[in-house]
Parts: sequence; structure tokens; C-alpha cells
Amino acid sequence: MRTIIYILQKEFLQIFRNRTMLPIIFIVPILQLLILSYTATFEIKNVDLVVVDMDQSMESRDLVGKFKGSPFFTIKDYTFSYMEAEESLKTGHADQILRIPLNFSKNLERSKEAAIQVTTNAIDGSAASLVNAYAMSIIMDFNKNIVVQDLGLSGDPEPIKITSSFWYNPELDYITYMVPGILVLLVTIIGMFLSSMNVVREKEIGTIEQINVTPIKKYQLIIGKLLPFWIIALFELAFGLLIARLVFNIPILGSIGLIFFVAMIYLLVVQGLGLLVSTMTNTQQQAMFISWFFLVIFIMMSGLFTPVESMPIWAQYINKANPIAYFIEMIRMIMLKGSLLQDIQKPLMALGIYATISLTLATWRYRKVA
Amino acid sequence: MNYPVAIKNVSKSYRKVKALSNISFEVNKGELFGIIGPDGAGKSTLFRILVTLLKPDEGEAFVEGYNVVNQFKEIRKIVGYMPGRFSLYQDLSVEENMNFFASIFKTTVKENYHLVKDIYSQIEPFKTRLAGKLSGGMKQKLALSCALIHSPTVLFLDEPTTGVDAVSRKEFWEMLQRLKQQGITILVSTPYMDEAGLCDRVALIQNGEIMEIDSPEGIIGNYTKNLYKVKTDKMFEIINDLRDYQYTDTAYRFGDSIHFTSKQENPDSDELLSYLQGKGHDNVQINEIKPDVEDCFMALM
Repeated sequence: MRTIIYILQKEFLQIFRNRTMLPIIFIVPILQLLILSYTATFEIKNVDLVVVDMDQSMESRDLVGKFKGSPFFTIKDYTFSYMEAEESLKTGHADQILRIPLNFSKNLERSKEAAIQVTTNAIDGSAASLVNAYAMSIIMDFNKNIVVQDLGLSGDPEPIKITSSFWYNPELDYITYMVPGILVLLVTIIGMFLSSMNVVREKEIGTIEQINVTPIKKYQLIIGKLLPFWIIALFELAFGLLIARLVFNIPILGSIGLIFFVAMIYLLVVQGLGLLVSTMTNTQQQAMFISWFFLVIFIMMSGLFTPVESMPIWAQYINKANPIAYFIEMIRMIMLKGSLLQDIQKPLMALGIYATISLTLATWRYRKVA
Repeated sequence: MNYPVAIKNVSKSYRKVKALSNISFEVNKGELFGIIGPDGAGKSTLFRILVTLLKPDEGEAFVEGYNVVNQFKEIRKIVGYMPGRFSLYQDLSVEENMNFFASIFKTTVKENYHLVKDIYSQIEPFKTRLAGKLSGGMKQKLALSCALIHSPTVLFLDEPTTGVDAVSRKEFWEMLQRLKQQGITILVSTPYMDEAGLCDRVALIQNGEIMEIDSPEGIIGNYTKNLYKVKTDKMFEIINDLRDYQYTDTAYRFGDSIHFTSKQENPDSDELLSYLQGKGHDNVQINEIKPDVEDCFMALM
């Protein structure tokens, strides 16, 4: 026990003495939280629209007016040439083309049916589907009014009215949704990157040779190496939650103690993985590259940016081995939904098993005798 | 008799490269034992096996009676090891390094101060300086202090004087002599032949094989040839001229002169003199000298 304390003392001394690491540990995560929370939003404003109105009727102007009035669209240009409109889509001056063909209003009157064309730049797929959805909702709205006015129907044109409300995040605020996820990333980076690099560093500069020829036991060294970053990561989580509450005013409905309990177990998983990486590498560069490789996969599949439910089935199975996905799911449940321990039992158990496996494997791999 | 270090038929290979082949020797208690050989001879591999960082492929090795493979835990408590590469924490101060290594051996600097006093007192004025900022000689003293702080019975020093200036080297060997007087068994490896004479016994090692084990005097005593030191005005051409000489056995550069041995039973230095003068060398000096360990090493190769 005393040996562990000596190792801890040494580790903290080294961490706090390192003039380049210290800001990376304490300032960079805060910046990340502040910057990413504002920028990692899915809301799309200022869609540049080019209108090709060949009809120039009252109805067509009415439809264009609806786009004009929407906060999402900025009408960039009016033209009579679809070719020209397409050109501006190609050069990137416009995001979307609205084309209203000739005889739009006539067809609408005569056959109660008319076609319009919406062309969207889909280089960014997720943005395109959103922009498209915005356009559709405006057209639907327009359609509804036409039905009411022209067909002379009175009252409610829709027999079934759909109203929707979003639970746990009523205004669909992206910051509320992103911040818990970004907190998870911060904790992960500290846990996985720094622990693995710290162990490899001893190998790289050769100090492990000297340490190995001492009575220090395997478990003592591992605890001494992992515990400092475990503590720092939890400290950072506390700081991050404080910012979430004070700066972003995010509701924390569930128990903060539970968040920390989950984080404690989660950190064991990523630190175990970090240690595993360090046993397979000889330089900090290699360790960083491998950690980064796994981290990118874990993050992209975690449900932070895209919902896990929309991934293919095989990917969802792979995701069962993604610790970040579990933690993001749980931290969102606790913070936004106020979930209790019994609500997160299953993912928490999974993390617990994962922690046991990763730490056992890493300790087993970390052999003192070469 | 239980030797502090006993090695029996140890072999070790890295893939296809044979680093050590069938090494056997014993070191006596309180002995200053030198392992002398050029770079790549296998010195560090041997040390790493003895301090339990590597397992031998074949054979057995014992330190204070403990097997290096299955009793490594015991060995790690009682040996001091100074790796060839400076392996202390460069971002910790002199004092912090000392305290750390003392505490993980469950002792304190104060308790064993008498052991390291000679050495540590020289770097103590700089005890708040970071180890990475010390000069080469001071780093080496700190490394030795850290290796000694837990009062080891056997000390393994892997090339402790490589890259250290001549004065510090001399000081270092004087420190080793004093440590020896305290009864510590010391194994030291070095590529410098001139340091061999400072050991009680030396093992000459080359390409993973031990060529000879004896006291420095014994090794020199086994050298039976007449050795000549040759100097002329034209030192650049002389080596080729000597190699063309019909009686030349060996001729190699040694500092600013050439060491020469002859194939003749009773070498005739006058004949060599006239041969060299015939080749256009002036101021030829030929003196018979006593061999040192390097000459013996060259003769064994």
C-alpha cells in the first residue's frame, strides 16, 4: 500500500511539472467543451435558395413568399433559366433550387394537381436531408392552405391532426443534446490517451528497466499509473458539469452522484484499453496512433452525432463493444431524463463486465518479465 | 560454495542473432569483476539476464543462490542495477529520484546514507536540480547512488563509464574500489580495455563467447609473445608496410604507435629496422614493451 502511495506521489509530481501537458489536461478540454457545444449543431440556417418561377402567378408568388418568410431560407437569386440555377448550385453559390413550372396555377385549378421541383446540393448528406425536410414542410403548409381556400372546405381539412412534442428536450435544443456527449469525450481522452501514453513513456525513455529491477509488483505499478488519470478525469467531469450547468444552463435532472458512479466504472474500461494499447506499443507515437484509431471508431459509432438506431444491424452489434456508446446513453438518460440506477442497470452492468475484461486482459498482457 | 553470481551454459538469441552462446562463470563474494568486450559483444544481454529483465534461452543463472527465472522476485530485492542508458526520471530532481528509489525498496535515504555518502555528497549541492539537467558525470553518480540506496549485495553496472570524461572515469573506479571494501560484489562491463586492470578478475567477451577469464595479471601473464612498439615518421603508410613484411604476425594501431608481433621464434628487431628504412621510413623507433589487456584481447581474437 505504501509503495502505491510513493508511485502516486511520483506520478503527480511529474504530471504537474510537465509544462506542456498541464495545459493540455486542464485548458484544452474546457475549450473543447465551449467550442464544440456551440458548433456541433445540426440546425441549418441560411439555406441559400435560387427560385426559378416560370409561372409568375399569384399562387407561385405565394409559395415563394412562404420560403422568403421562413427563418431557414435566404433567397439568393431569381432566375428564369433552370440551367443558370443549376450552375449556381454547382459553383456552391446556392444550396437548393425551387423550380415552379409554367402552368403551375392553371394545373392547380384545373386538375387540382401541380408539380414543383426541389433540387438540393447533397454533398453533405445529413444537411441535405434536413434542408429537404424544411422545404417539404413549407410546401405542405402551402398545400394545406390551397385545399382550404380553393376547395371551399370549411373547418379542419385534416381528419386526424398530428401534434408532436419532444420529451426530455422539449425545444430540441442541440446544446442540451451535445454537451453530455462532449463531456463523455473529454473523460475518454484523458482516460485512454493519457494513461496509455504515460505507461509507454516509461518504456520509451528506458526508466521501466530501472523500475522493473525493484520489488515493485505488477499491480502496484498499474494502480500507480492509472489512478492519477482516473482522478484527473473525474475532476474534469466535475468541472465540465459545472460549465454545463452555469454556461449552457443544461438541466441536470438525475443525481450527480450517479453520473460520477457511471463515470468511475466507465473510466476503468477506457483505462484498461489504454493500458492494453501501451503493452502492444513501444513509443508514444505508436500508442497515440492506435488509441486514436479506436477512439475515432468509437466516437463515430457512439450515437453522439448520428443515432445508433439508424445504423445497420451489424454495426449495432459491433456497437455492443463500444464503451462510449454506453456512457453517452447513460449520461443523457441521467442528465436529461433523470433516470435512476434501476433504469440504467443493463448498460451499467455491460460496462462493469467490460471493465473487468479490459483490465484483466491489460494486466495479463503487461508482463514484467519479458 | 555459494557464489554471489553463477552462470551455467547460458545462451540467448534474438531471432537469428546469437547474442550469448554457452556462457559459464562464477563471481566470488566481494569481487570486482569486469566484463570486457567491444560493442555488440553481448555484455548488456548478459546483464539483463542476471537482473531478471530477460530469460535465457538455455542454461541457468543464479544471483545469491536465486534462480533468475523463477526466483526473480527475490533477486530484485537484493541487486542494484545501473543500465547502460541513463534510466532515472529526468523530470524529477536529484533528491526526488533518490527518495523515490529508496522508498520503493522500503528504506530511506537517511537510513542508508553511509553507503552512498562518498558519491552522493558530491552531487548533494545540486539536489534540487532536475536529473535531466545534470552533466554526464553527475548523472552517473546519481545513477550509482540510486542503485546503491537499498544496500544491495550485488551491484550490476552496465557500461557505467561510457561517454564520461577521463577524470570522472578515474573517480568512478576509485568509488568502486571503496564499495568493494564494504563487501559488495560488483559486476561491471566496459568496452575500455584500460579499465580491465582495475578489476580483480575480468572476462573477455567477443561475439557472445567468453574468450578468457582470469585476473588482469593472469591474462597478461598468458601472453607469451614478444611485443614491440613501432613508431616512425610516416605513420600513415607504416601499417601497410608492416603487413607486407614477411615475418609479421600481427600489427595494429595502438594510440600513436603500432604494436607488432613477429612470427620468428626469436624476433630480430634489427632486421625489421632495416626493412622499414628500406621502405623509406625515417626516425624508426622499435622498443620491446610489456603487453596490456588490449594486446591480449587482440591476440585472442
